[in-house]
Amino acid sequence: MTKITYREAVRSGLREALKRDPRVFLMGEDVGKYGGTYACSKGLLDEFGPERIRDTPLSESTFVGAGIGAALGGMRPIVEVMTVNFSLLALDQILNNAATLRHMSGGQFNVPLVVRMATGAGRQVAAQHSHSLEGWYAHIPGITVLTPATVTDAQGMLLAALQEPDPVFIFEHAYLYSMEGELEESRPAVDISRAAVRRPGNDVSLITFGGSLWKALAAATQLAQAGIEAEVLDLRVLRPLDTGTILTSVRKTHRAVVIDEAWRTGSFAAEVAAQIMEGAFYDLDAPVARVCSEEVPIPYPKHLEEAALPQPDKIVKAVRRLLG
Amino acid sequence: MTPSFTREQGLELLRHMLRIRRFEERTAELYQLGKIHGFLHLYIGEEAVAAGSIPSFTNEDAIVATYREHGHALVRGTSMKQLMAELYGKAAGCARGRGGSMHFFDASRRFYGGLAIVAGGLPVAVGLALADKMQGRTRVTGCYFGDGAVAEGEFHESLNLAALWKLPVLFLCENNLYAMGTALARHQSQPDIAAKAKAYAMGADTVDGMDVLAVEAATGRAVELIRNGHGPHFLEYRTYRFRAHSMYDAELYRTKDEVSEWKRRDPIATFEQTLHQARLLRDEDLQQLEAAIATEIEDAVAFAEAAPWEPIEDLNKDVCTDVRRTT
Repeated sequence: MTKITYREAVRSGLREALKRDPRVFLMGEDVGKYGGTYACSKGLLDEFGPERIRDTPLSESTFVGAGIGAALGGMRPIVEVMTVNFSLLALDQILNNAATLRHMSGGQFNVPLVVRMATGAGRQVAAQHSHSLEGWYAHIPGITVLTPATVTDAQGMLLAALQEPDPVFIFEHAYLYSMEGELEESRPAVDISRAAVRRPGNDVSLITFGGSLWKALAAATQLAQAGIEAEVLDLRVLRPLDTGTILTSVRKTHRAVVIDEAWRTGSFAAEVAAQIMEGAFYDLDAPVARVCSEEVPIPYPKHLEEAALPQPDKIVKAVRRLLG
Repeated sequence: MTPSFTREQGLELLRHMLRIRRFEERTAELYQLGKIHGFLHLYIGEEAVAAGSIPSFTNEDAIVATYREHGHALVRGTSMKQLMAELYGKAAGCARGRGGSMHFFDASRRFYGGLAIVAGGLPVAVGLALADKMQGRTRVTGCYFGDGAVAEGEFHESLNLAALWKLPVLFLCENNLYAMGTALARHQSQPDIAAKAKAYAMGADTVDGMDVLAVEAATGRAVELIRNGHGPHFLEYRTYRFRAHSMYDAELYRTKDEVSEWKRRDPIATFEQTLHQARLLRDEDLQQLEAAIATEIEDAVAFAEAAPWEPIEDLNKDVCTDVRRTT
């Protein structure tokens, strides 16, 4: 076990990927000279050179599309879209080309592309830089959607993603980059098909992913002080969703709260709730609850931003309501 | 005047154009008969561009085209049977029937579509060229699109990136003067498209897209330049679509006189004339060509009619690769 920040874990994953496979290269805005907006690629330009660490113009649609083309041409590109907020400019390439080509071409073409981006709120950067849209991406068949919440996943999911023959999207929560954690030895590679139980418990299932994992764990600690043992599930992979692990947990605890930093309406939490209704309705002792963001553009002042987002106390309240 | 090409070369260019014309005329009939559905965008009038340019690319090169790509696939060499079956939506089609008219694919000929979002193919072509450059190959990627794409952000982003990174990509703009129904002068502040490409620091030429020989010469030169490491190049072919944009177009945006005026420059009729004048085309040559093409088309229709549908059980096949993930 080594103590490492999430940012260092991403960097270590990138470095390892670049070392392992000469077809791997990184491109995106300010990944080279600047060292990455979140310093994830700091030092990589010196180590691997400008052919493999490519600064791009501010052209999200075209450098994501070029990643698709390069993948079709036999490379293993890692495209960094600075944040999910800017990925909206590349949605056409992602949906109409990356996710669609294999099926639409009758299986002739596949796109082994990895796209990384920062997601989430919590840093007082206001409405246009605080989106949590990984749930939108999870709507799209043909791609894999990963949400690393731990340093081990931040490092290892990238390496696993590069083994996939089809596009993989990795959402790194911007709030986590400075978080420290214990890096587990994860040879040969971390799994990217299963959810993980991060804290076992028998009374209620707290189901979440990404940055909200740590809020759910904090809520579980508070609940434990009151004698309520919450099981905390980290979904890790939003598509394809590991429904089995969700249902196993709910069948044990009979209660579920889904925590998602996206807006409630049409959120990924809604999908998880629907899966529970379909698969474990008769095991439930209470309706499935959701703790999501308020339906407002995320505001700048700290107190308003905090009020807009899921928080440990909101999760605790939701659990208490379920338990009556 | 001594022609600059042999009889065989001339007849081959004519054959390419006639195959496209007759194939598409037949697809329009089949559409009326309810055999072909969805959108059907005909290339009739623009045949000289595909016929004159596609042969400049080798089998190792890549082609990225648009929803008006029947002609490109035919000249590239995908069998007419596979293309017709694709239009029928049959499993024997060049994309298992899943794409139809707008989504022809052929991995064996490095034909990457059939991409039907305007300008959406440009970034992909840039990426294919990037992969070639990074792997030290001397292949060229040809990217076709229309004048409508020029208004999209991806056009500008892609030209910039290709020139910035000196990528081996040829941009082939088929300027048929209309973005669907909006005339070039009504959507571009600067209607000189080649001038835009030059602004991105790449070579750009304007070519008479109704003249198959001019297309052939200009494209051959451009592909050679790119293959020799000169970075991207841009060709604007001035051409014209004789038919409606798709099968649902009342053509309210242009006059019959304008269409007739362009039809006087029909690339097939004018090239036949050129060949006649050079004494390279006899009447019986033309009859033989037409007869062979008619047979090829009817064989393709029979093949498509008889071909099986993809079973519904295969609906989810190839959404993702069916492999076990690393654990």
